[in-house]
Amino acid sequence: MKSIKTWILVGFASLLLVACGQGGGGAGSKKSKTLDNTKKAGFVKCGVSQGLPGFSNADASGNWSGIDVDVCRAVAAAVLGDADKVKYTPLSAAERFTALTSGEIDVLARNTTWTLSRDADIGLTFVGVNFYDGQGFMVRKNSGINSVNDFKDGISACTNTGTTTELNMRDFFNSKNIKYEPIAFEKADEVVQAYDAGRCDTYTTDKSGLAAQRTKLSAPDDHKVLPETISKEPLGPVVRQGDSVWEDIVRWSLNTMIEAEEYGVNSSNASSLKDSDNPAIKRLVGAEGELGAAFGLDNDWSLRIIEQVGNYGESYKKHIADTGILPNRGPNELWTKGGILYVPPAR
Amino acid sequence: MNLKKINIENKKIRDLIPQVLTVLALISVIFYFATNAQINMGNRGISFGFGFLSQEASFDIAFSLIEFDGSYSYGRAFLVGLLNTILVSIIGIFLATILGVIVGVARLSNNYLIAKTAEWYVEIFRNIPLILQIFFWYFAALRALPSPENAINFYDVSYLTIKGWYIPKFVWINFDIFCYSIIIALISIYFFNRYAKKQREEYGKILPTFTLSLGILISIPLLSFLLLGVSLSFNYPELKQLSETSYTYEKGVSIIPELIALALALSMYTATFIAENVRAGVIGVSKGQKEAAASIGLNKSQILKLVVMPQALRIIIPPTTNQYLNLTKNSSLAAAIAYPDMVLVFAKTALMQTGRAIEIISITMLTYLSLSISISILMNWYNKKMAIKEK
Repeated sequence: MKSIKTWILVGFASLLLVACGQGGGGAGSKKSKTLDNTKKAGFVKCGVSQGLPGFSNADASGNWSGIDVDVCRAVAAAVLGDADKVKYTPLSAAERFTALTSGEIDVLARNTTWTLSRDADIGLTFVGVNFYDGQGFMVRKNSGINSVNDFKDGISACTNTGTTTELNMRDFFNSKNIKYEPIAFEKADEVVQAYDAGRCDTYTTDKSGLAAQRTKLSAPDDHKVLPETISKEPLGPVVRQGDSVWEDIVRWSLNTMIEAEEYGVNSSNASSLKDSDNPAIKRLVGAEGELGAAFGLDNDWSLRIIEQVGNYGESYKKHIADTGILPNRGPNELWTKGGILYVPPAR
Repeated sequence: MNLKKINIENKKIRDLIPQVLTVLALISVIFYFATNAQINMGNRGISFGFGFLSQEASFDIAFSLIEFDGSYSYGRAFLVGLLNTILVSIIGIFLATILGVIVGVARLSNNYLIAKTAEWYVEIFRNIPLILQIFFWYFAALRALPSPENAINFYDVSYLTIKGWYIPKFVWINFDIFCYSIIIALISIYFFNRYAKKQREEYGKILPTFTLSLGILISIPLLSFLLLGVSLSFNYPELKQLSETSYTYEKGVSIIPELIALALALSMYTATFIAENVRAGVIGVSKGQKEAAASIGLNKSQILKLVVMPQALRIIIPPTTNQYLNLTKNSSLAAAIAYPDMVLVFAKTALMQTGRAIEIISITMLTYLSLSISISILMNWYNKKMAIKEK
């Protein structure tokens, strides 16, 4: 009888201890379940595409690269100290949001367009834009089609299903009053094959996607992308709604890469800039301020991102420009150089 | 009454208790998962509801049996997908049955070449994953078919091209009257057959039922053309230039290559299993049955029709029902080659556009379940009709 009483007492005491511990922790730093789970697991769970050159693409030995992949690498560098500690999950357009809301992945970096309904309606939060894109059309060069105004009734258009592309395509053809045949595939590879075989007269998706997929055609030089852009496609990383700390970490990991380019900080000079005269640069490399503490990270989180992943310009050059997908940065240039890349200051 | 006494001594109640407990356990498990899902969805700011079904779909579908464009609702899009699934299943089941019976009988042929060809066909198509066969038929067909300006021409009426098989469009006047005439014809055939059966069983008179039935089926609709103002004309497909090098056909009806490839792959694959069922059925009828039938003076076709087939069908029907169900369910692989079936249109596109995963997947699962159960009920009814009637 006595022993039971003792056990009950011990139980109460430990409960109290646990409660106090939680209370104490809550007062000191913010809690993030996703951050805790990520630290415990030792890797960032990242959802990527099933293969889109320049954005997220795996090589023969299974190493992922691309500017979307770099967002996940930046988060891993910030949170875990090692950009390689990422587990990639290739997802189709149809699977991506369910994978995120169900917790199978924690960051979705899969050339996903930021729209109102996605942001507000289905438990997702977009944290920023890492590529400003727009939808375009690819046609065969010998077709004599030089502009979307040359399209005629009866044209068949191949695209991906479950994307904003499908909706934009309808808006576009409706506004032009053109009857069209929409052939929507689940995977990008099948779209390319069907277009290549001649099933469709045009292939429509984001222009970056067209440029990337064109390289997979049997004769890439026989095809061209029409000049018109029919939609705004701001592509960016997405997180689950309801974990604001994790949301901030992903947002500022991306912002750090862009800000680093703006201040000329790159992977090779970052550590040497710790004693820079510019306070903005010093904050960026963790030599001043306590910015990391705001989301429970140490002060070198941003330095690790720049050192291990590089700034946005380096990432773009390596994955998009040097691979010949889109050599010209266009809107994805910094605001100081005529583009629209503009991030809030890290201070 | 003593409660204890009932519990122990009434066998019915004693047997009932474990069953009730099992059902309760099952309900609580389902309830647990439902609440769990609800709480998690609540935590993540996801709402649950079917209101989205009446929202505007705002995407188009390449091929639909009913009128559809993006201004219709998601509910309508679901219906389009469902009808497309039913269409490809019916075509698939029809072709698979014909092919299956031919191959199954061919395997039993005494001709070495025919039997071996049938055997090889079964072994090859049965053992390659269906999804690969679908890709093969789709992309092989796409590569092999000519572009519209060089179409394979069927007497200037129908054209087979990479963009689809263009057939004339039927333009009806008073189509409803024509429909009624077909229904009337079918009803009269039913009553005629009952009459013929009675004549055969009671007076031993054998009427040429097949020929007369066919006559009724042709003559009544024909009368509706001649007397009731039904008429039919055709809009033939016409070649149209889209750009300097690309063409299409307009005015006719296009059967999209995705449908052709899917129906072909499904029926070629399922036919192998049906062929094996047919073979098993025919082998399953013992030789003595045929000899006995021959000894009472039945000719070869009578033996097949009256003795062998009724018995073989009893063996063939139940496993073939499974194959029909498989074919219907396998049609969901359509998404891979862009045939707008229920999975592609509803469980993928609509799910993506609305994000309502739980609602849409439940609706899709329930629909497949109802489709399968309907086929089962139909086949069970047929099976019962064919089964031995013990008197």
